[in-house]
Amino acid sequence: MLQVTDLHKHYPTPQGPLPVLRGIDLYLERGGSLALMGESGSGKSTLLHLIAGLDTPDRGHINIAGKALHTMSERQLADWRRCEIGLIFQQFNLIGSLTVADNLAFQARLAGRYDPVWQQQLAEQLGLGELLQRYPEQLSGGQQQRVALGRALASKPALVLADEPTGNLDETTSGQVLNLLLKLVSRSGCTLLMVTHSPHVAAQLQQRVVLKAGRIDPVSVVSEP
Amino acid sequence: MTVLYWTLRSLLSHWRKHPIQFFSLFTGLWLATALLTGVLALNGQARESYARASQLIGGIPQATLSARNGSPLPQESFSTLRRLGWPVSPVLQGSVVLERQNRRLQVMGIEPVSLPAGSLLAGEPADAPDLTAFISPPNQTWIAEETLRELDLHNGDQPLLANGQQLPPLQGKNRMAPGLLLVDIGVAQRLLDMPHQISRLILPASVQGDLPPPWNERLQWQHQSNENDPGRLTESFHLNLTALGLLAFAVGLFIVHAAIGLALEQRRPLLRTVRASGVSVKHLLLALVIELSTLALLGGIAGVVSGYVLASLLLPDVAASLRGLYGAEVAGQLTLSPTWWLGSLALSLIGALLAGANSLWRAARLPLLALANHEAWHQAHRAWLHRQGWVAGIAALVALTAAWVGDSLTSGFILMGSLLLASALGLPLLLSTLLRLISRPGHSPLTAWFLADCRQQLPGMSLALMALLLALAANIGAGSMTEGFRQTFTTWLDQRLSAELYIRPQTPEQAVALQQWLPNQPAVRRVLPGLELETEIQGWPLTLAGMEDDATYRQHWPLLEAQAGNPWDALFAGGSLMLSEQLARHLKVGIGHTIELPTAEGIWQARVVAIYADYGNPRGHILVNAADMRKYWPALPVSRYAVRMDPTAVATLKHTLQRNFSLDDTRLVDQARLKEWATQVFERTFSATTALNTLTLIVAGIALFIALLTQSQSRLGQLAPLWAMGVTRRQLMLLNLGQTWLLTLLTLVFAIPLGILLAWCLVAVINVQAFGWRLPLQVFPSQLIRLAGLALLATWLASAWPLWSLWRSRPVDLLRVLSDER
Repeated sequence: MLQVTDLHKHYPTPQGPLPVLRGIDLYLERGGSLALMGESGSGKSTLLHLIAGLDTPDRGHINIAGKALHTMSERQLADWRRCEIGLIFQQFNLIGSLTVADNLAFQARLAGRYDPVWQQQLAEQLGLGELLQRYPEQLSGGQQQRVALGRALASKPALVLADEPTGNLDETTSGQVLNLLLKLVSRSGCTLLMVTHSPHVAAQLQQRVVLKAGRIDPVSVVSEP
Repeated sequence: MTVLYWTLRSLLSHWRKHPIQFFSLFTGLWLATALLTGVLALNGQARESYARASQLIGGIPQATLSARNGSPLPQESFSTLRRLGWPVSPVLQGSVVLERQNRRLQVMGIEPVSLPAGSLLAGEPADAPDLTAFISPPNQTWIAEETLRELDLHNGDQPLLANGQQLPPLQGKNRMAPGLLLVDIGVAQRLLDMPHQISRLILPASVQGDLPPPWNERLQWQHQSNENDPGRLTESFHLNLTALGLLAFAVGLFIVHAAIGLALEQRRPLLRTVRASGVSVKHLLLALVIELSTLALLGGIAGVVSGYVLASLLLPDVAASLRGLYGAEVAGQLTLSPTWWLGSLALSLIGALLAGANSLWRAARLPLLALANHEAWHQAHRAWLHRQGWVAGIAALVALTAAWVGDSLTSGFILMGSLLLASALGLPLLLSTLLRLISRPGHSPLTAWFLADCRQQLPGMSLALMALLLALAANIGAGSMTEGFRQTFTTWLDQRLSAELYIRPQTPEQAVALQQWLPNQPAVRRVLPGLELETEIQGWPLTLAGMEDDATYRQHWPLLEAQAGNPWDALFAGGSLMLSEQLARHLKVGIGHTIELPTAEGIWQARVVAIYADYGNPRGHILVNAADMRKYWPALPVSRYAVRMDPTAVATLKHTLQRNFSLDDTRLVDQARLKEWATQVFERTFSATTALNTLTLIVAGIALFIALLTQSQSRLGQLAPLWAMGVTRRQLMLLNLGQTWLLTLLTLVFAIPLGILLAWCLVAVINVQAFGWRLPLQVFPSQLIRLAGLALLATWLASAWPLWSLWRSRPVDLLRVLSDER
């Protein structure tokens, strides 16, 4: 499903190029889940953004479901992201001018995959049934993140990429959101790649890798059936 | 003091990081001050010139004796009356053309020795030693210092005139009226080629009594009144300019208001930190006021300097308009007092404080913890919008009341001001409601986002859109009025100026000679003699014109209103009159009313049979049968001849007339030249209006640009998630442009009816109150389309840079937005 080969990325700085990823190799099967861990600045988010097609690598390839990202134009990447990727951010990034219902349906409608039944199920399972006509600013952090989960899953994407989805939530809410995410991902048959700092969260996923100074720490790779 | 210093320092550090915001605030203050002070400078300069003109022979109240028929008086009238003990002093007035400069100037000849005791001459006592040089050969020509500079002449120069005469040595005087040459009366008679003639006699107003015969029949008293004062006649012209200046000032202050509001919002965390560090609200507000005042001073200085430059650029056109329309001379160069400079700076300061008052008040009222809460500011904004709606409603009520009960120029301006205020304040609410109404379920997600996001942008954009609304409406209103006036005026001029040549004889004897000579010329078809008399009714100056019955008038003279049947038959049957629209309004008379005209034979009662347009004439005008006029003023000579002739022979006839009768170009005017002159005056009159309107539109464009630029940074927060979900940057850019265009278009949709309403206010209320004539309301679709195109182009230009920034934004910028706390 997801194959990352010899991925390199650096950012220009006034002091010269700053290498962030220095040759990443990764493989994740369809329907599988992987926790990406590491210290701040280790390159986790950069790797996630590269896999999402939000940024381009300096070297190396990313293949997802048989498609090579490096061969795609910006427009093709946008089309592909719209249909195949579900993104969840730590900061929720909901659209403040739209209601919860519109936010939930937004990407699915964009991708032409809007399924009202699935939408309703998602809203119910996420506990958003009563909140559909509210605006994001009227919701708590946990509620906002549940809307973000729903939005990412509404289009039934092949790959869900979550960047510290519980990083902004308290322990209880974090647990609830994570359970919901794992349950819904498993139900929809998506593949999940999650960046997290929490070993507790990571422990609930099938695979775990730790990034260290732009490389995968070989000692850290754990795969569970 | 230390607290204030450090608070101020921390506040000022914001501008280093946000130079664009500083630029926008500065620009708003600069443009607002520049446009208003420019207009005030123009008005100030003109008023100063009027004051100097009316004080040229001042010091004591005066009365005037002039010929009843308006023709020159023999010099003998002065000597005879003087001998009989009347303290009269002669004045001769006319115009000359400087040969090298090809510039026409007024010449006034006086006799200083006989001037009423205590008189002042250009601010100097009439018996000052300086006057010896004025009256003794080689004499002197007194001239205003700025006119001297304008003509590139110096003290002592003796320029040649077009008629071959030479002026006595020039002497610059500070208090002289611009565009006027003051000389001894003997010199004036030589320069004007009017030997032994005078224009009028002046005497102290305190002198009473009946003039001895035959002077009691030949002369008429005229007590100096304010009605004829150029300041009084031009009041409306200056009021209109001031209104435009105030509109531009208001639009500029919208920018200032927006910039201050945004700066405060962006400094929320800073305000929280400062307050949390123990700075009281009082200190914080004081620091904010000091900061604002400093900025206002900087913007004000730039504005006042630019206003001066603007006024210098517009002054020649304004001066030409005033000369053409009202015969009022205004110095062509600006001389402004230190009071003007200081007053203008104070204006900028007051404007900035007014524009910033709301933001300061909001900052003072918000609770400490809410300062950093974005939502608190939005709630405050919503509440403010609500209040704004109420103020808009009240302003609309004021406008309605002014339209219903108002009957003065002031109420006309209150109507226009309240209408503009109501519309501007109501615009954000209207836009928000409209956007909510057109957002309905079933829209595609991007359309839904497009409309919802448009609504969310309103708080940041509303002030710029309000400024745009005002500028567009002012442009539509003034444009419709100007274009409508242009068309009406041109048609009217074509009808009114039906004769091919107009001749004003110099003397009654010449009038007789011309009447005998003209019909014998082969090219001449008909000669239409006209009688004219300057008089007053209810203190209002007017020209009484008598005409002979002729098909030219019956077919061409445009009438606005007339009695049933043929009004011309009624006029030439006698006992009737026609009068100009402005005079009818001033006297509050209509068709069928009777007017009492003062004559040498007593009161003449004549019935109004028609009302006609007399555009551009600040004086009243009455048309009567020539036979009636001769009955009441038997000695009145013919004042002018309208000659119907072969148009191709006009130049030849003019040449022959000049040769045989020594008539200069002021007394011999052909139709084409008269129309050209009138059109030129018209164009120049509205050039200042057009320039100010264009500048207001530019200011609104800048307001829009600044609003978009300020929003562009925070907009990334709304756009980045869309990009992450598969909307391309090109799409985002187009969506953004579409949103700005939608808001502009909706503003334009509101601006069009508002502009038409404004045009109605101008033609049916302001013009009527200011000038006395009403124009038909005309709407020009091509003008609206052009303005719509211009508004969209301005929007495109204003959004070009922010969109370019978005287009150029690297993925890393958008990613940073996705990860940053917002």
